[in-house]
Amino acid sequence: MALSFMEGNEAIARGAIAAGCDFFAGYPITPATTIFNSMLKMLPPRGGICIQGEDEIASIGYCIGASMAGRKVLTATSGPGISLYSEQISFGIGGEIPLVIADVQRLGPSTGSATRGADSDIQFLRWGNTGGIPVIVLAPKDVQDCYVLTVHAFNYAEEFRCPVFIASNKEIGMTKESVDLGAARLPKVVERKMFGGGDYLPFSADSNMAPPFLPIGGKTLVRQTSSTHGPDGYITIDPEVIANTQQRLADKIEQAEERITLFEETMKEGTDTLVISYGVTSRAVEDAAIKLEREGKPVSTLTLKTLWPVPEKLLRKKAEPFNRIVVIEMNQGQYVGEIRRVLRDKNIDFYGQMDGVLITPSKIMEVIGNE
Amino acid sequence: MNSFLNVNRPPVFCPGCTHEKITQGLDKALVQLGLRPDKTVIVSDIGCSGLFDTFFNVHALHGLHGRALTYAFGLKLANPELNVIVTMGDGGLGIGGAHVLASCRKNPDITLIVLNNFNFGMTGGQYSVTTPADAITGSEFLNRAEIPLDICAVAESAGATWIDRCSGQDSDLAEHIVKAVRHKGFSVVETLGLCTGRYTKRNKLTPKILDQMIADLPVRNGLVEKNARPEYGELYRKFAAEKTHFPEPVTIEKRFSLEKPEPQEVVILGSAGMRIVTAGDIVCYAGLSAGMNVSMKNDYNITVLRGQSVSEILISPEKIGYAGIKAPTVVLALSEEGVQRRKNIFKTLSPSTFVLKEKSVEIPDTGAEVHEIDFKSYKISKPDWALASLGFLADKEKLFTSEMLQFAIRSRFNEKVSASALETVAKLMGN
Repeated sequence: MALSFMEGNEAIARGAIAAGCDFFAGYPITPATTIFNSMLKMLPPRGGICIQGEDEIASIGYCIGASMAGRKVLTATSGPGISLYSEQISFGIGGEIPLVIADVQRLGPSTGSATRGADSDIQFLRWGNTGGIPVIVLAPKDVQDCYVLTVHAFNYAEEFRCPVFIASNKEIGMTKESVDLGAARLPKVVERKMFGGGDYLPFSADSNMAPPFLPIGGKTLVRQTSSTHGPDGYITIDPEVIANTQQRLADKIEQAEERITLFEETMKEGTDTLVISYGVTSRAVEDAAIKLEREGKPVSTLTLKTLWPVPEKLLRKKAEPFNRIVVIEMNQGQYVGEIRRVLRDKNIDFYGQMDGVLITPSKIMEVIGNE
Repeated sequence: MNSFLNVNRPPVFCPGCTHEKITQGLDKALVQLGLRPDKTVIVSDIGCSGLFDTFFNVHALHGLHGRALTYAFGLKLANPELNVIVTMGDGGLGIGGAHVLASCRKNPDITLIVLNNFNFGMTGGQYSVTTPADAITGSEFLNRAEIPLDICAVAESAGATWIDRCSGQDSDLAEHIVKAVRHKGFSVVETLGLCTGRYTKRNKLTPKILDQMIADLPVRNGLVEKNARPEYGELYRKFAAEKTHFPEPVTIEKRFSLEKPEPQEVVILGSAGMRIVTAGDIVCYAGLSAGMNVSMKNDYNITVLRGQSVSEILISPEKIGYAGIKAPTVVLALSEEGVQRRKNIFKTLSPSTFVLKEKSVEIPDTGAEVHEIDFKSYKISKPDWALASLGFLADKEKLFTSEMLQFAIRSRFNEKVSASALETVAKLMGN
């Protein structure tokens, strides 16, 4: 066996290449910059395009233009850049433009700490758009996940025609580790569904689906717009048409919840506590669980890889046998509210830490021990 | 084709608005140019100029206020065959100024038509970046405290290769647009116009006055000789084509077997310029060569040339979970700054922890096994201390054997650098 050695950011770039990404635009920002650096090394030899925008707004704007020309696009930033992307993200949602956005999170609020990790943006990614339309957010826990989840992210972006986020973290993005890329199970690459037939209406779609695509620059004329539009891509004020579109934008993602749900679990028989976590924190949770088992106090663990849409069915199913749920997050408690909403009848304990350092396994053992 | 106008979507401007004339002028220009509709896209943003994408039978992209040039640039790079025409008002020009400057500097083959009517028509006639200071606007007195922007002058200093200014009422407007579209590179056509719904209600402005304004401004009539240069996409593709080497991942085959593989936690405490991260890489490569899992976290300042540089490495026969340091097994104390950064770990070290300190470096009290080296006595300079320490570790069979270290160095560096690195570590081996 040969192990590779790379940081999470390089693995996201490699995942993007494996998914067929052929356009990247970004603006330097710690701790995401090395995704840009990697794409700049990898895309030109493969015939792809890699550009540095004059700012974050431009970078994602370039991606929107390129995606509408039919390219598979990636951009990468951190929390302050997501803020600047926000209006364009809304465009991506409303215009149903496939985009993959890597957010290598750092400690917020605001400029915060460039080189300190935190899962700062978990709610921001979901709600940082005008309209409140659902998006897809995947959370890697290690370098291998960065590689694999990036391919999933592209597949979802192409299928659902929406922005898909990879919610990484400085502690994964800039940590180098050994990874067996050969053992990674990559999903089959999904291509954008193209329109066939005549009389193309760019936003005409089945009730819970994304519309089929045609590129700007192809034989059939295409309209794209950030304004409220009907199936023809022209502004509409027809309440029924508007309501149908809003519903479809939500349904196409929410009704596919189970298919989008990615997770890992370690279920131990006879345990009454389930520890739920995501991202880099889940590694400390797993370490803690191993130690607790050795001490004769085993717990079960559930690591969420899909945060949005909230994997409600999975949560209910997995939590069912447990009396107690413990949620650990590298923030002040951004996701525990979702879990409390879904698991209303459960006793849910929470520990959050947002101080620029990783939560230690011993701290997690202490939290689990404090019933 | 006689007209590109979409008969189902006629212009909807206020009576007398110059935008209507520009719609006709642009249509005439498209006909004269004989562009293929399916190879042409109109990109617009917000405001009355943002209605343009609906009037023409070409591809259309209507986006956010001031960001039209960003989509245009993405479209043009992704599909160089596209004729990309952007319409933007003086509002978009102001809010999207960074993109106008970038387009002038980059020189993509995109045509920007600025529809300057001196105010925000849609929202009530507020002042924009081009509103004269003495105009009466919907912004009370605010424009009186500012001066208007001459976009043509700004475009020239930003490197635009084609700058033209005319009245939107001009009978030869189409000619201006035709020339701009034919120009290979970024072309800016500033049209001055009348906003009859807002601006001319409160300010005296007529086609004749527009002509006089243009006459009073410096002449802008097309090619800017001093900025002439190749188009962005052509240059980009030329340079990118020279990049043929795809970087494969660093992959290390297992070639050594450790008798008793044990988890290790290594902390290297140094300063910027001491190649701490490189030494960390080598430790990891050595671990990988024995089939171990590794992880490495680095801590250094954003200003990379000064301050601490700390590398924290885990080596383990098991998959690594928590990637922080809990109980170091090896600590290399190579600079005061590095030691200060992690001074709290010293009192926690167990007696079996292997601490290597440079002679000049002070460390806090510790119960660990401390070794001291005077690198100067080996004639090893500070940037090589971290590397040389690895020789000392190999000599004591700590973390790796000398064969593993030599292999790691050869894998990490090219032949020339390896040779001198191997010499450096050899100074600390076999003593």
